Amino acid sequence: MARLRTRKHKVVLSRSVGGDAGITVILVLLGIFMVLPMVYVISQSLKPLDELWMYPPRFLAQSPTIDNYRDLFTLMNDSWVPFSRYIFNTVFNSVVGTLGHLFIASMCAYALAKIKFPGGKFIFSTIRTSLMFHSTVTSITSFILMSALNMIDTYWAVIVPAWGYTLGLYLMKQFMDTHVPDTVLESARLDGASELRTYWTIAMPMVKPAWLTLIIYSFQSLWNAGSSIYIYSEQLKSFNYAIGQITAGGIKRAGASAAATVLMMLVPILMFVITQSNIVETMGSSGMKD
Amino acid sequence: MAKQSAEYKAVARKDMTYRQWIWKEMKRNWVAYLLILPYVLIFTAFTILPVLLSVVLSFTNFNMLQIPDIVWLDNYINLFFADDIFLTACTNTLIFAGIVGPASYLMSFLVAWFINELSPKVRAIVTLIFYAPSISGQVYLIWGTLFSADSYGWVNSFLMETGIKTEPIAFFKDADYVMPLCIIVALWTSLGTSFLSFIAGLQGVDRSMYEAGAVDGVKNRWQELWYITLPSMKPQLMFGAIMAITGAFGFGGIVTALCGFPSVDYAGHTIMHHLEDYGGQRYETGYASAIATVLFLIMILANMLVKKIISKVGS
Repeated sequence: MARLRTRKHKVVLSRSVGGDAGITVILVLLGIFMVLPMVYVISQSLKPLDELWMYPPRFLAQSPTIDNYRDLFTLMNDSWVPFSRYIFNTVFNSVVGTLGHLFIASMCAYALAKIKFPGGKFIFSTIRTSLMFHSTVTSITSFILMSALNMIDTYWAVIVPAWGYTLGLYLMKQFMDTHVPDTVLESARLDGASELRTYWTIAMPMVKPAWLTLIIYSFQSLWNAGSSIYIYSEQLKSFNYAIGQITAGGIKRAGASAAATVLMMLVPILMFVITQSNIVETMGSSGMKD
Repeated sequence: MAKQSAEYKAVARKDMTYRQWIWKEMKRNWVAYLLILPYVLIFTAFTILPVLLSVVLSFTNFNMLQIPDIVWLDNYINLFFADDIFLTACTNTLIFAGIVGPASYLMSFLVAWFINELSPKVRAIVTLIFYAPSISGQVYLIWGTLFSADSYGWVNSFLMETGIKTEPIAFFKDADYVMPLCIIVALWTSLGTSFLSFIAGLQGVDRSMYEAGAVDGVKNRWQELWYITLPSMKPQLMFGAIMAITGAFGFGGIVTALCGFPSVDYAGHTIMHHLEDYGGQRYETGYASAIATVLFLIMILANMLVKKIISKVGS
């Protein structure tokens, strides 16, 4: 029988000093591995031109400037499709795609989680299975279907598939399972509230963390979307694609491209910082039982 | 609740057949079908139909222009017996996914476990540090700058300054370095959904279980991990595994962005690239569909296998 350590009548879990030290070392090493490239991209974006092509290269900028950010905006103004157009495309796709996804997926999640109806379980397990394969598998045949629906080279080619994003529906359904008590819904139904009403006025306000998670996930993937095989027109392409074009402009633009990368990544990172606790709460019910 | 269970007992009713009862239940719950309709339509159109269509097309020689002929298994026979590049792609994909999947899974779990006992504020910061690369779009291109082929690249200049090498290495154009480097970059971006799910799962384990465990003779954190923590977060372990596997098969974009397409000597060529090559560039849709079907089966099988393994955890 092990010695049981207690403090103020509470059990103290046994933690060896060696274990603590080892874990700290591994964590710090992994942390450095994760953070160094991030620091480097920020440092690159702040280097003046002569430092970008200095030998030997320095990891950190010696005399940081915001010239690269200024260059980026000049480059943007010079492109033949105005840059505001690319930004509009990305924002439009992200917002419409995310809002549509939120309503369509949460409506379906509510029915699957809280109404017992023939076929519900089967539909959910089919949707869940689709988490198991990557969407590249369907990219070629989706193209055929989209051209049959006349969606190729329109905003809808990006937006409508995003409405059907599986992970969002899955997380919402799981969260509703555990966070919306059946008794509350039952009493609302007895009071004569319609399903649509219980969904919107009772269930939805109870699952705000899941909303935020859905919004963040969907927004992230749409915001980071690069060139799509479904879009040809320059006028419909995304901001991320346009940044890729700047980067492809060669060594002269190394600084501007680093600046663009930093600007692009700020948005999802800030959104995550604000909503982190909600996302982690949603993930608490993400588990799969079987 | 009582009302519901009474209705569900009605299955055993004598006055209607099972089919009649289903029909009655469907009519009673018509709103549910209305609510799921938009999602199910989109899901069917952009996920189910494409999968089915690629299975069907894989038996034809469809090329987007002519009316296809049925060629039965010809596409598959060509893939496995005549297409050397496909076999390279298969090997690469299995190496890639076989390393990135488990490694990213382990790393996600270990980091989540390590930070579990830190104070909430520190935990939030560490979480951000590890999670940020996976949500930052194309930030991984910075690895291309770090490992740039000329002596202005930070790694090359370091190797030359310290005298380990005299000539710069063209990392992403050298078949020896392509795979290992892409695996490292993929790992760097891989602490995503499964990582967050593990953090939440670990937070969700009831502390009194640990105390009970300590009373019952659990000696250290490793025993605690195996006997208490892992078994009580099995659902998250399962979900995390699926996310990690699906992610591990989806890293083709990183290879293309860093090494170009096709990569040198096909060193980083995966099934995904092969699919893109035949489907997106050569318009041999029938053949590409066969590739997609094979990839689909590999992913589903990998998931099934891992599910089996995880169900044995802690027993």
